[in-house]
Amino acid sequence: MTGRNARRVRRGFWTALLTLLGLVAVACAKNAPQDTLAPVGPVAEQADNLFRPVFWIATVIFVLVEGMLVYAVWRFRRRSDADAPKQIHGNTRLEIFWTILPAVLLAGIGVPTVVTIFDVAERPVGNVVNVKVTGHQWWWEYEYMDVKLPDGSGNLKTANELVIPTGRWVNLDVTSADVIHSFWVPKLAGKQDAIPGTTNFIKMQAPAPGVYEGQCAEYCALSHANMLLRVIAHPPAEFDAWVNRQVRPAVRPSQGVVDRFVNTCFACHTLRGIESGGGATIGPDLTHFASRGRFAGSVLELTAENLAAWLDNPDALKPLADHPRGPTMPDYGLTREEIDAMVAYLMSLE
Amino acid sequence: MTTASVAPRTTIFARPTTKTGVWGWLTTVDHKRIGILYGITAMVFFVLGGLEALLIRLQLARPNGEVLSADVYNQLFTMHGLTMIFLVVMPLGAAFFNYMMPIMLGARDVAFPRLNAFSYWTFLGGGIFMYSSFFINQAPDGGWFGYAPLSTQLPGHGMTYYALGLIILGISSTVAAVNFLTTIVNMRAPGMSLMRMPVFVWMTFVVQFLLVFALPVLTVALFQLFFDRALGTQFFNTAQGPANPVLWQHLFWLFGHPEVYILILPAMGIVSEILPVFSKKPLFGYPVVVFSGIAIGFMGWGVWAHHMFAVGLGPVANTAFALSTMFIAVPTGVKIFNWIGTLWGGSIRFKTPMLFSLGFIAMFIIGGLSGVTHAIVPHDYQQTDTYYIVAHFHYVLFGGAIFGLFAGIYYWWPKITGKLLDEKVGKVHFWLMILGFNLTFAPFHILGLQGMARRTYRYPENYGFDFWNLVSTVGAFIIALSLLTFFYNVAKTRKRGETAGADPWDGRTLEWTIPSPPPEYNFAEVPVVHALDDFWHRKYVEDKEGRLVRVPAGGQNGESGAEHGDGHGEGIHMPSQSYMPLIASIGLPVVGWGLTFEQWWLAIVGAIITFTGLYAWALEPATEEEH
Repeated sequence: MTGRNARRVRRGFWTALLTLLGLVAVACAKNAPQDTLAPVGPVAEQADNLFRPVFWIATVIFVLVEGMLVYAVWRFRRRSDADAPKQIHGNTRLEIFWTILPAVLLAGIGVPTVVTIFDVAERPVGNVVNVKVTGHQWWWEYEYMDVKLPDGSGNLKTANELVIPTGRWVNLDVTSADVIHSFWVPKLAGKQDAIPGTTNFIKMQAPAPGVYEGQCAEYCALSHANMLLRVIAHPPAEFDAWVNRQVRPAVRPSQGVVDRFVNTCFACHTLRGIESGGGATIGPDLTHFASRGRFAGSVLELTAENLAAWLDNPDALKPLADHPRGPTMPDYGLTREEIDAMVAYLMSLE
Repeated sequence: MTTASVAPRTTIFARPTTKTGVWGWLTTVDHKRIGILYGITAMVFFVLGGLEALLIRLQLARPNGEVLSADVYNQLFTMHGLTMIFLVVMPLGAAFFNYMMPIMLGARDVAFPRLNAFSYWTFLGGGIFMYSSFFINQAPDGGWFGYAPLSTQLPGHGMTYYALGLIILGISSTVAAVNFLTTIVNMRAPGMSLMRMPVFVWMTFVVQFLLVFALPVLTVALFQLFFDRALGTQFFNTAQGPANPVLWQHLFWLFGHPEVYILILPAMGIVSEILPVFSKKPLFGYPVVVFSGIAIGFMGWGVWAHHMFAVGLGPVANTAFALSTMFIAVPTGVKIFNWIGTLWGGSIRFKTPMLFSLGFIAMFIIGGLSGVTHAIVPHDYQQTDTYYIVAHFHYVLFGGAIFGLFAGIYYWWPKITGKLLDEKVGKVHFWLMILGFNLTFAPFHILGLQGMARRTYRYPENYGFDFWNLVSTVGAFIIALSLLTFFYNVAKTRKRGETAGADPWDGRTLEWTIPSPPPEYNFAEVPVVHALDDFWHRKYVEDKEGRLVRVPAGGQNGESGAEHGDGHGEGIHMPSQSYMPLIASIGLPVVGWGLTFEQWWLAIVGAIITFTGLYAWALEPATEEEH
């Protein structure tokens, strides 16, 4: 009976151990666009380089301590009622040893950690891209602080998809327009909270062109799960071309669409170059809406069908109704024709 | 026995004397009955919090889940956290503080028996108040951490329920903490010096200090949150003006981190009791285990900002809190080594309480190690707000606290009920639970490192999250099955269970010297304590090589077996029952409802009920006439 129990105990611990080893084996899964264990940018790599040795040290300690536990449980299982084990009340030397050993080990981990904390907080200077990131319920606003608009109305603003050049440091100053969010693109850098009334700093660099997925990481109510984002890295020349396209005003639509925009959309959205279509930042800037691959907090692929469904009933695709200051993107009860005209126009805003 | 008040008194209120039936329970001031009430209530909330968890896991089983709406999901994950922390783990700890701590000290009750009843009824009222929010479909939905400014702005009544509900629960815990502190300081039996107290009592002692100092910090923050919501103040609400939302986080975590130790230390105490009993050896390094518990209690105050590494406190603050977080692992590690030292060289019996204790150690090691990795701040920028953190604290609070508390339940069940739980069923419970637990929470490590954010009601496909989420959901249902096994065990042994006797485990501490279940007065004769593990030393002595020798009955070290319950307990004055704690408590949730719905008259009615209860409490007669 006792022997069988010991075996069971042992088996249980081995199961736990194998579970953890399985964890290691599958940690670098394919198709995990937010995998922190497969970093791309230097900041994310720095974090990963700290984590890996600690992870292996922890694994060794895990195996040793659990091994000791399992061994003790098996070795010292009860043999008979007459067992009269030696009554050991403690051992000061041993106890000092196992107090000091972990302390030393932790100090060893502490030193590179502290160095990296300061390293990551340092702000690059020189040929950098400065972007102010503002979290909104539930989308991201980017203001390119170095890109002045030709009409003098301020800096270039885009939403949800952050376009950056490869090989250059991007300095992000992160803040919020409403509640606390957290800006996070795992493959490029760790997250920092976006807090109203204050700014936090993140630096990131993409060594290669590509699309890097990210999302809001701080709970921000109803559609927190639908507050995604992407960073798109272009080679420098392409990035410059993108900037040149973005600073142009919006394509001019037919007068019917203009009227509809003026009456409903301009309360929240901006269309640069269209009359009275500037300034509002409650919703994303739509001037070059169709240059983005996704919309609605990067949740939906930008297709005519998705856009029509969105305009018809936004709440069905992304819950919005619980917003503290009234629903964002309400259902305006647009007719089929109005939606079609609107979709056609929006899809032309490249 | 309590003598009923016979002589007519000048006061209006007579003390109730019914000891049976509903009224007996409603008016009880017996620490054991109150402990049982705490335990049963916590179990009911455990089932509710578990059902919430199952719904959450169903929603997350597949990508883009459609079982729950975003709104309902947000309410459920908030209530799951609040329930498990404030309505399950804390009161389960309180159940053992109540029931066991006075007996282990050799006392007949706690220092303030009526206050003890008040703590329980206030806890129950707070729990009912919190859960009443479900009836209007407006349960708290801002997370258990209630981050401002969101919590100040969320529409509906949810976060008002949160603020007021936690204030009520905080009153309960603060009052209980004062009571237990006084009990431990003043009510110890003759000879029970501090360093002869069982480790469970020591950990209880540390926890009460943490509660007394941590809860006021939370209470201040909750009042400010309530004022922001109800009166339009600007403590945290940035929508109204230049408020400071980060202040909420400091206050919350200055409470919240000691709270973590409030949750885990009782389980550590329980395990420190059980390991020696089932190893037939004393606890290895008793003073070190005690002092490391105290050290954790102190250091627990200096680590709160490790919940806030991504808030932007700057590299200096992050460095300080990274280092303090690393070094709090030292006293925790010491405990683990001392537990293994206790097992070493012992004669280990695999009874169910022992299995749960070993499960506790095995799982807590994992949670402790992942905890250290959070202190690597640059990588915590990746980990924080992901499932990696969810994995960590479930290993600590479920693998740790819940396993430890179940060890306590199996260990003390025979003392409380007089019946042993079934060993076979208990073992099935343990193995199902540890299997289900690891299937549920081990995958969270992977999911978190793969970038799955917390508190999201759905996740897209093609992110690599599908498989492990499904595994986790399967695991959650295995945990549910294990709990059904436990309830089956309770039902099965209630009538047909094996009679326990006073000392079924060959125990070491005073509770095993009295009958099971104990009489109301606990000890017919107050024990005199001569040593740590006093009862053990009455049963055994050590020979020259330190080996155990059983003392024959009636030997020089005194008689073995139960003795203190043998008397009839006649003439022992026990505290009289009272209606007043219940009445004083009933007013509090009424005040809460009044404030939530801004029905000021209702709040005033509630306040009047509470003050009436307190006033009458002060004036009601003691039944012991001759003084």
